[in-house]
Amino acid sequence: MNAPGEFYQRDRDLHPPAFAPGYKSSVTRSPRCALLSLQGSASEITGPVFGHGDLDPGDNDLLSNYAKPGESPIGERIILHGRVLDENQRPVPKTMVEVWQANAGGRYRHKKDTYLAPIDPNFGGCGRTLTDDDGAYFFRTVKPGVYPWRNFGNNWRPAHIHISVFGSGFAQRLITQCYFEGDPFIALCPIVQTIPDPEAIVQLTAKLDHKATIPLDTVAYKFDVVLRGRRSTLFENRLEGN
Amino acid sequence: MAQSRLYIKESASQTAGPYVHIGLAPGAAGFDIYRRELGWDIAGPNARGERIRVEGRVLDGMGAATKDVLLEVWQANADGHYAHPEGGGPVEDGFRGWGRVITDFDTGAWGFDTVKPGPTPGRDGRLQAPHLNLWLVARGINIGLNTRLYFDDEAERNTADPVLNLIEWEDRRSTLIATRTMRDGTPLYHFDIRLQGDRETVFFDI
Ligand SMILES: [Fe+3]
Repeated sequence: MNAPGEFYQRDRDLHPPAFAPGYKSSVTRSPRCALLSLQGSASEITGPVFGHGDLDPGDNDLLSNYAKPGESPIGERIILHGRVLDENQRPVPKTMVEVWQANAGGRYRHKKDTYLAPIDPNFGGCGRTLTDDDGAYFFRTVKPGVYPWRNFGNNWRPAHIHISVFGSGFAQRLITQCYFEGDPFIALCPIVQTIPDPEAIVQLTAKLDHKATIPLDTVAYKFDVVLRGRRSTLFENRLEGN
Repeated sequence: MAQSRLYIKESASQTAGPYVHIGLAPGAAGFDIYRRELGWDIAGPNARGERIRVEGRVLDGMGAATKDVLLEVWQANADGHYAHPEGGGPVEDGFRGWGRVITDFDTGAWGFDTVKPGPTPGRDGRLQAPHLNLWLVARGINIGLNTRLYFDDEAERNTADPVLNLIEWEDRRSTLIATRTMRDGTPLYHFDIRLQGDRETVFFDI
């Protein structure tokens, strides 16, 4: 008997606290009561299963999934690739990864975004893919631009891509953001700085992957996502087969 | 080296931000890009059990309805099985048990159609009362919030539910219980989520 059990307890010290006043929107949207800890039942250790019927092959190509035929978006062409792993360093295969981002000028194709930078007619700004058996994923896109936001009046988001990942159980559900190494706005961003652990910020920073760049075509960045791991089930008070 | 680095750390959460819709619910936000939108059909055409609708709002600490929330539901079918290899048993063809909705940009209302789930097994063999597992993200929410929706016409099972009984303050248990009415012949459950303040919803660390 070597069935996986519940997920490891979430290390809340590496995640942002709900109430982080430097990020003003969190002030009225943060629960003040302590979270109630649950041990995992089927409700938590199971989660939605996706397959190739849920998406189309080109959904992970933001260079083409909204562009007119023969055209492409403006900006630095990049590949964002990496693996989805769990805390045990095991790959998370066949899991849905969804991304969304601003265009190269820092503008989202969203009716609430009124930034001065123009909409790019050839860029939608979202994509999705399933990881392969090795947990690997990739997207083609343009590097997003920085954009201003109203927090302290002169805040700028570092270049970032929003990433949503499912994992195999609902308890693994995670949304995070991928930043790019060398961006001076990372250290200045109140949203990044809600994360209390500096190493956890480094972990959210994609690294230039020079060897994976396509010469004369596209720059590559590597970004791994780590989801919670699962313990093996305790059976007769013994840890079996771990 | 591999031995000393057996475990790695989970990636830190970051807010979904104000534009989560274009990424996760582009169609619902009026943005036509994918051929198939995920999460709009929770139960599928073959699910047995009672067809229900669930509606509510998400209120912030000032009591105002939030208008940029994305909410996901994960539920068992009428037999109490989840659509997952470890879900306890088979489900109907087309039953996924997962859905995704956004709050209305103008009113903050959200709602979805599904079937009422059956009781599901808890950890120690005790049955859990029928419930929907909910997860919500938005601008200002730094890490997704997990809660549960229970049904007010299941009073007996709710009284015995192992999770509701974990809530020390008995009056807070009611924050997880949806109220049933009928609309046009369909059962309608109403469930408001309060992020903060008076009658704050119970959220879980799952
Ligand atoms: Fe953003």
